[in-house]
Parts: sequence; structure tokens; C-alpha cells
Amino acid sequence: MASLVAILDLKGKPLIQRSYRDDVPPSYIERFLPLILEFEEEETQVTPCFTHQGINYLHIRHSNLYLLALSKGNSNAVEIILFLQRLCSVLVEYFKELEEESIRDNFVIIYELLDEVMDFGYPQTTESKILQEYITQESHKLDITAPPAVTNAVSWRSDGIRYRKNEVFLDVIESVNLLVNANGNVIRSEILGAVKMKCYLSGMPELRLGLNDKVMFESTGRASRGKAIEMEDVKFHQCVRLSRFENDRTISFIPPDGEFELMSYRLSTPVKPLIWVEANVESHRNSRIEYMVKVKAQFKRRSNANNVEIYVPVPDDADTPKFRAATGTAQYVPDKSAFVWKIKQLGGSREFLMRAQFGLPSVRNTEETERRAPISVKFEIPYFTVSGIQVRYLKIVEKSGYQALPWVRYITQHGDDYSLRTVVERGNTPGGGPI
Amino acid sequence: MSSSGARAAPKKGENYELRADLNSEYRDKRKDAIKRVIANMTVGKDVSGLFPDVLKNMQTEDLEQKKLVYLYLMNYAKTQPELVILAVNTFVRDSDDANPLIRALSIRTMACLRAEKIIDYLSPPLQKALVDEHPYVRKTAAICVAKLYDLKPELAIDNGFIDTLKEMVGDANPMVVANAVTALMDIHITSQNMLESGAETPEGVAKVTWQINSAILNKLLIALNECSEWGRVAILTQLGRYKAVDERESEHICERVVPQLQHANGSVVLAAVKVIMIHMKHISSERADLEKQLIRKMAPPLVTLVSSAPEVQWVALRNINLLLQKRDDLLQNEMRVFFCKYNDPPYVKVEKLAIMVRLAGENNVDTFLSELREYASEVDVDFVRRSIKAIGQCAIKIESSAERCVGVLMDLINTRVSYVVQEAVVVMKDIFRKYPSTYEGVIPTLCANLEELDEPEAKASLIWIIGEYAEKIDNAEELLGIFVDSFTEDAYLVQLQTLTAVVKLFLKRPDRSQPILQRVLDLATKCDSPDVRDRAYIYWRLLSTDTSAARAVVMAHRPAISLPRTTVSPAVLEELISDIGSLASVYHKPAETFVGKGRMGAESMKKSILEDEVQAREAAIQKVAAGQVAENLLDFDDAPAVEGVAPSGIAAAVASTPGVSKVLTSSNPLDDLVSIFGAGGTAAAASSGGNDLAGLGGIVSPVSTAPPPGQGLAGLDMFGGASLPAAAAPTPAKPPATQPQDDLLGLF
Repeated sequence: MASLVAILDLKGKPLIQRSYRDDVPPSYIERFLPLILEFEEEETQVTPCFTHQGINYLHIRHSNLYLLALSKGNSNAVEIILFLQRLCSVLVEYFKELEEESIRDNFVIIYELLDEVMDFGYPQTTESKILQEYITQESHKLDITAPPAVTNAVSWRSDGIRYRKNEVFLDVIESVNLLVNANGNVIRSEILGAVKMKCYLSGMPELRLGLNDKVMFESTGRASRGKAIEMEDVKFHQCVRLSRFENDRTISFIPPDGEFELMSYRLSTPVKPLIWVEANVESHRNSRIEYMVKVKAQFKRRSNANNVEIYVPVPDDADTPKFRAATGTAQYVPDKSAFVWKIKQLGGSREFLMRAQFGLPSVRNTEETERRAPISVKFEIPYFTVSGIQVRYLKIVEKSGYQALPWVRYITQHGDDYSLRTVVERGNTPGGGPI
Repeated sequence: MSSSGARAAPKKGENYELRADLNSEYRDKRKDAIKRVIANMTVGKDVSGLFPDVLKNMQTEDLEQKKLVYLYLMNYAKTQPELVILAVNTFVRDSDDANPLIRALSIRTMACLRAEKIIDYLSPPLQKALVDEHPYVRKTAAICVAKLYDLKPELAIDNGFIDTLKEMVGDANPMVVANAVTALMDIHITSQNMLESGAETPEGVAKVTWQINSAILNKLLIALNECSEWGRVAILTQLGRYKAVDERESEHICERVVPQLQHANGSVVLAAVKVIMIHMKHISSERADLEKQLIRKMAPPLVTLVSSAPEVQWVALRNINLLLQKRDDLLQNEMRVFFCKYNDPPYVKVEKLAIMVRLAGENNVDTFLSELREYASEVDVDFVRRSIKAIGQCAIKIESSAERCVGVLMDLINTRVSYVVQEAVVVMKDIFRKYPSTYEGVIPTLCANLEELDEPEAKASLIWIIGEYAEKIDNAEELLGIFVDSFTEDAYLVQLQTLTAVVKLFLKRPDRSQPILQRVLDLATKCDSPDVRDRAYIYWRLLSTDTSAARAVVMAHRPAISLPRTTVSPAVLEELISDIGSLASVYHKPAETFVGKGRMGAESMKKSILEDEVQAREAAIQKVAAGQVAENLLDFDDAPAVEGVAPSGIAAAVASTPGVSKVLTSSNPLDDLVSIFGAGGTAAAASSGGNDLAGLGGIVSPVSTAPPPGQGLAGLDMFGGASLPAAAAPTPAKPPATQPQDDLLGLF
């Protein structure tokens, strides 16, 4: 449980706060930032939870805000941190962007939300779809507000939803995380998959989703046509009946209305890098540094990767960039200490080269160790999944018996960590040293 | 009415205008004024003076306005207790409203006001709300009971609210069940706190205790599948508290909880892991297959948590670290998942590193080492140091990898980056301790970097290595001479090591090193640190009396070091595992150490200490019996533990060598020392005195070298744990060895 929840700006000033239990005075909010600064000064690690003089401070960062919860007892830390995270996404859904200004402009509604998402320090409803039904930005009259679905057994969907055309859109999105070491070996790879839905269905529909899930095929003894995949860990939206899945791997649920993430899964089967990047770096200390970057699309010819962006790190003090690319455009991004090579569309099995040259200052501190960030890559490949996951069927049953059409889309993209470590190049400088 | 405020209101200023608007005849103007009042309240301006004026706007058809007024009331009810009473009527009327939202809102706010006066009026509406037809009102009312109990326990008990709550656990609506469970749990905690502070009697507490029986258990297990994510956390928390009647029931609970591991909410996942960890212990030994299956099922969800937002990741990683201490088979093949990402926040990297060391084994050590080497070239100095430490831990943990680890360390030393070299030297020293006389080949490389060392720990480590292998280093006198030259400017830690190293050198090569010994003894006995002075005197006296005794002491065989399997004592680990997800498990400290005094049961604290003591004693006896002693590697990093070994060795030697016992009874320094610790002057008692001395070495020295900040009590624990084996190690006298350990524990 949390005694108090507050949103602070970067200077540690509370923008809005709500006390849920009276056991921690609000004045402790103002001690939060000084404590953090003190830790930084002492070179102690600043962690998301810490305790000071009997008060526990739990916080998360969102753009330039702190969301802080204070508690006195031995509270459930995971719950509180996740609650703050959830609060954050609720506010983002309400105001598009959560920042100082949107908080100041909407303090009334935030107070209302704070009153609803937590009671006496215990999280209650954090489902923004439901909250939006009875806490709205337009001022409302008493008689309009219908009792909410907050406490239904189906707490995520209201009764009486009607659509003229019943449709479901399924997006299967796979994000690839990959780490390649300087020798060119893949040392870590994983696929994080998500099935996102947009549901425009009337009434209380019962949905059943069939995937080419290996475990399910095996347990039912059914021979699979084509490839079956083995998902390592599957996570479901709260609408999915977990015990049913545990029993016979059936994914059955009553969906929330509109957009939501139905499930996510993870596979750690080794992945061949879809976009391979090699950089040859030649550093002439105190004069210039030259890059030769090669990109290779390692997937079938009929697919295309869109919006490929390759970030190649350069020294902080590099200057006067010169680029020559066989395709796409290259650009220097000084605030990221990198240059980016953008390719609008990269066909399967294609290969391209680019060269870049930067000037280096003639005088530099030799003691200084150079940051060695990895090359990172962004891309998306539509109509393709690395894992080979397939939606076999999506059955929609509603008591009124309407027909509904499911639409399925596949896409593979970069994860938040698709990186290739650069080779330690020892330019023709005496003494070597880390570069 | 507006002029009847507590103080005469000023005729000008913002509050004056607001007051006028609050009393306006136009509804929109009044609502706008309330919003401005709330805005002022939000930025911290005092608008309590407008209390009566705001209050007048409470009766409204506008839900938003009503909520705003309620909000205002919650903020200022405490400062205006007399006026709050005026709001009671509206509250009571609202609690009868046709709209369940309003009914719930009114009792929720009433209970939040925390004003004695209003609490007395809460009971009748609450009574109704608890049996309201709408579940939203019931679930709100359930929490209200906990609020009421917190304010006026007798009111909650006398009105039978607690009993109603217990009935509500059987409610048809899962959200109501979850909140009833939450409220009962909250009341339980509050009552325990009150019991401890004396505000409540044991009988009073007995009235509110809620025992889960098999029937309730089934209701909870059913509600678990239906309620919202947070409700699941509450129910799982209760399932963790439940004591299963037999093995069958434990199995049943585990099986029913397993599906929750698939939940998207990480706190549900960790709560489920907790329940399984608790009940798994009681599964019958014939169902080893089930246990294996459970362990297998817990791994993937834990791994997935590592892909969440950094803050969640960190909390999860701290818990995973604990779980691994309990079950090292949990994530056996998953080390790659914990590889640090380039842009992970530092606090996440540190945790990942610690977990990777735990998971490192012969099969994956090569990948791990190449990762570590990569980390060692990053820019974050702290992380680089920790990575290098991890290389050392790897070498000590996995004997077959030691040589490769040394190779990596040598590469790192060759980079000549100052902090990398220093850390690598410290780590090398640990490797020398673990594998004596194995890697002497690297000593010249280490000594080549002598000039670069400016950190006390790195210096002390190199000096220790030189002292230890003095007979094999041709220019040892010369090298140590450099340190003797700078003796007075060095940290105590370095001075102590220099002193000991020179003595070792003298014992090994007495012919050449007489002058340097004389110099260091002269310097050390004039030092302002009592530790250094005392040690110098002891050495001096030993050397002048009996060199063979000195040899026995200074060159005594030291026990091999090993990586501790757990960072906390077994009893504490058990407690933390059964509290997975809580702050205690995140801090790796028992709750009593950080929650304010009088908040948590002192009873349980005593108990756990007692258990601790029993376990530690048993462990010590076992160790002594087995004759093998492991020493904590971590402690050598903080050097004092080593210093602890030396004096205890002296005392032991003193006690066991009859020849020297004369020294003991007749001459001053040691005698003084012994008498300080209250041990008698007889040789028999001296052995226990020696142990005390060792203990003191462990306790006092960290104070003088300032333990790393932020470790607080954990640090103390560590040293306590460390001085145990140190005390037990060199003492030949076995049975009395356990005695002083009790004293030590008492100290902590």
C-alpha cells in the first residue's frame, strides 16, 4: 500500500499530490529530490526504491516528471511501482502527453482519477477504458453518469455496445532484440511478440483465438500443417481466461472495446540478424576518422524492410562530416554522437555500402576514455514474422449471431535493443589505448 | 454566513474575490470559483479560510463540482474540525442517493476526512453501504471499514463491521471479495501495530484476527480467477499467509496458482511466485516431479519481467537475486537474458551483473567472460569496477575458469587505464588467496604498475601480494621500500599492509631486510592510528622474543576463500522469500530494519534473531567439527576482516605456545589488550580473549576505514558474519569457540 502519491517536476516540486493514508505527512515529498541529489553526490546508486528515516520512497521517471509514492510499512514494492506505471499510462491516454503543462491544465480531472485508481493506498481500477466512461473531460450531470462496469465480472467491457459493422483487426507485431559482438557472433537474441487488437464488436462477444502453438498441437495430438512455434512465455490481458489456457491452451476471452494488447510472448530461439551491419572504422588520431558501413538484408527477396535507420556512433568531438552513400541518405546527429544512415526501403537479399569521414581535433586529452556505443538499427518488415507465428482462426460468437470479419496483419520490427558492437580498431597511432 | 469565518476576512486580495464568487448567484461562476480554489490548494496556497463558503456549494447536481468540494474537504477537514460537522447532512443524504457512484463517493470521502466528529456519523451509512445492492458501493464500503478501524477500532468492532467484512469474503462479486480481503489484511496489520504500541490489548486484536480455513480458501481460489489484476495481488498475498493443513492442500494451492504466472501484470506474477515458493516447501517428497515442474514454470515469466520498464525490471531483478539464492536451479540456462544493454540505467546493470555471477558455471563462463571484458571498456567507472570484480568472483567460483579469468585481467591491466588497473590488482589479490602459488608468473606485470596505484585498497592489495611472495621477488626490498618511504602519507589500511608485508619479508629473508624492518617499525610505532601502533608493537615484541612464534602467527596458513552462496543469513532469506515483492525483499533486509520503530512486531524480530543465532551456532559447530573453514570473500575487499585474522592468530599462538605465555603474563601490550576485553590473565582464558579480540578487529576496523556508504546494517551483518569464521579459524581450542560467537551476535 502507498500512503501518498505525487507527481513532481524535475526540480522536485510537487505538481499534484494525493494523500491516501494519513501516516506520512506531505512535507516528505519535498525531501525526495534533495535525497536523490545527496545520493548522487555520495556516488551511491540511485535506485527506484529507497528508504530514509522510516519513510520509503518509490518512484518512476516519465519524460521530465517523477511519479512518487511514499509508504511507511513494508509495502508491496512491485505492486506500487507497477501502479505508478499504470497511472502514468492512464494519464497519457487521457491527455496524450503527460508533462508539466498537461498536469496543470487538467488538475481537476487528475484529482478525480487519483480518487478512483487508489483507495486507502490500495490500487483499484486502472483500466483507462472503463475510467473514461465515468470520468470524462466534459463536465457532466449526475443523471448522465451510468453506474460503471468497474465491478462487473467483466470489468473491462460495458454492456450495450453497438456497431453497425462488426470488425476485428489483429496486429501481430514481433520485435527483435539482438546483440552481436565485435567478432560478428550473435551472443543474444530474442523475439518479443505482441498480438494487438482493435475490436469493433457489438454486445458481449466470446472470442477464441487459434495460433500455430506447438504445445497445443502436441497436447491435442493434432498433426500440424506447416510449422508450429514454441512460445516460451505467454502473457495475457486480464480478459483472457488463464485457467482455460493452462488446461488446454485455448485462448478464450471477452474483449474490451477498442484497442488493446491481447497477449505478448517471448521466444529465445536464435535469430539470424535480419539486417546485418558491418562497420569498418579507421581512426587517424588527431586528424580524421573514416567509416565504411555495409548493410545487408538477410531475408527473402519478396520482403522489404521499410524505414531502415542505422545509427553509427562517432567520437563526441568529431566534426566536418562527409558522406557518400550508395542508397538512402546519411546525416550527422551530434546530440547522439552518431550519424544515421536512412534507407526508405531495403529489398530482401540486397546489400549496400556507404562511407563517412569526420575530422578530429588535433589536440585532445589522452587520459579520456572513449565511449564505445554499439551500432543500433531500426527497421520494420511488413507481412512477415520471424518466428513464423500464424493466426489460424479467430472465432467470434455473440448471442445475436452476427457475422464479424477478422483482419490480420503481420509485422516484424527492431526491438529496443538491436545492436551490433563495433570492432575495436587500433588506428595507426602509437601506444594504442582504448578507443 | 460568509462573514462568520473563523477570522475576520480581509476585504481585498484573491481570497476575497474567490469568496465573492463562491457566493455568486450564478452556478457557473460558483463552479469556476471552486476550481480556482482547488488550483490554489494544489500549488500550496492556503485557502482554508474559504471553508464555509466552499461548503455551501456541496449540495449540487453537478458531480464534478461535488467531487471538487469533497476534495477540498479532505484537505482541510483537519484544520477546521468545527465546521466539518456542517457537511455531515449532505454526506448522509448523498449516501442515500440513487446513483451508486454518489453513494460510494460519500462514504469514501467521509472515511477519508479523519475527523473524530464526522466518524461518529459514519456508522449508519456504512452499515447500509456494506450490504448495498451495487457491488461498486460494497467494494468501496469494504475499504471504509479498514479506514474506520484505523481511526476508531472499537467503533468498527462494536458495530459488527469486521464480522460483516468476513462475510463479504464470500460475496458473489470478485472485486468485493478482493477488497474485503484487502481490508481484513490492512486491519490485521494495524491491529498488530497497535498491540505493539500498547494501544490495543491482545483480546482486542483477537476480535479482528481473520483465520482462513479450507472453505474460505476455496472461495479465494475461485475469486482469484475472476477479479481484476490488483484484486489478484491481494488474494495471492492472503494465500501466502495461509498455512495448508496437509501436503495435498499445498499441492492444490500451487496448481491453482500456476495459471497466474501468465498474467500480464508483473505484480501478479511475483505474488504468484511467492505463493508457490511458500507452499512448495510442504509438497510431499514423493511429488518431486511436481516441484520440478513448478520450478520450470516459474522461470519464463521471471525472464519476461526483465524486458519491462527499467524500474519494474530493477524490482524484479532484486527479487530474482533472492530467489536464486534459495533455488540455484531456477534460471540455469538463462544467463544471456541478463546481459547488460548499452543503455540500461546503472542500477539495472549492477543487479544484472550480480545475477550473472550467480548463474555463471563451467558451461557458460566463456561467454560471460567475454561479456565482462566488453563491460570493462565502458565509460561508467562504477560499472567497470564491478565488472572487474565479477571476473574475480568468477575465478573463485569456477576453478576451471581461473586461468582464463587471470588472462582477461592481465589484458585489462595492459590497457593502463588507471581505475581498471587498480581494480584488477585488487581482484588479483583475491585470486592469489584462493589459488596460492599458482599464478606467480603475473607478479612482475602487477609490480610494473606500482606507480599507477593511488587508491588505498589497490595499494594494500599489491603490498599484500609482494609480502606473500617476497621470497620469489628479487627486488622485494626495493619495492616495499617505496611504500615505506611514503608510509606517513598513506591510509591506515596501506600502513597495516606495509607493516605486515615487511615483517613477512624479514621472516623470509632476514639477512637483507633488517634495515627496512627497523625503519617500518619505527614509523609504525609513532603512527597516530592505535591499530597500526598496536600491531607494530605486537610484531616487534614477537620478533624480539621468538621468531618461530612470529612465523607461526604472521605466516600462518590461511583458510581458502570462497564465494558466499547467500548475501543474507538463511533465516532472513527464508523470511524474505516468503515476502517476495515487498520492500524488504527489494532491499534484501528484514522489514524491522527499515520500518519506523514500534510499527512492526518487535516480537518477530526477536524471534528471527533467535533463529538466526541458533542457526549460526549450529553452522559454526559444524564448521569447527569438519575442520574446514570458509572465509567470506567480500570481506577481504573491505580489508578489515583480514586485519581481524592477524590479531586472532596472535592470541591463538600465544595461547598454544607455552613459551610465549610468559610474555603474556609479564609484558604490557598484549596483556593490556586482553584485560580490555575482560578476559582473565590465565592462559586458558586467553584463548577466548583472543576470539573477542578477533571479533573486535572485525567490528572496530570497519569503523576506522569507513564502510561503503549505503550499506548500513547490511554491512554490519556482513562483518558480523565475517568475523565468525575468522574467529573460529585459527583457534585450536574447539569447544569454547562457540562461546564468543554468541557474544558477537549479541553485539549485532
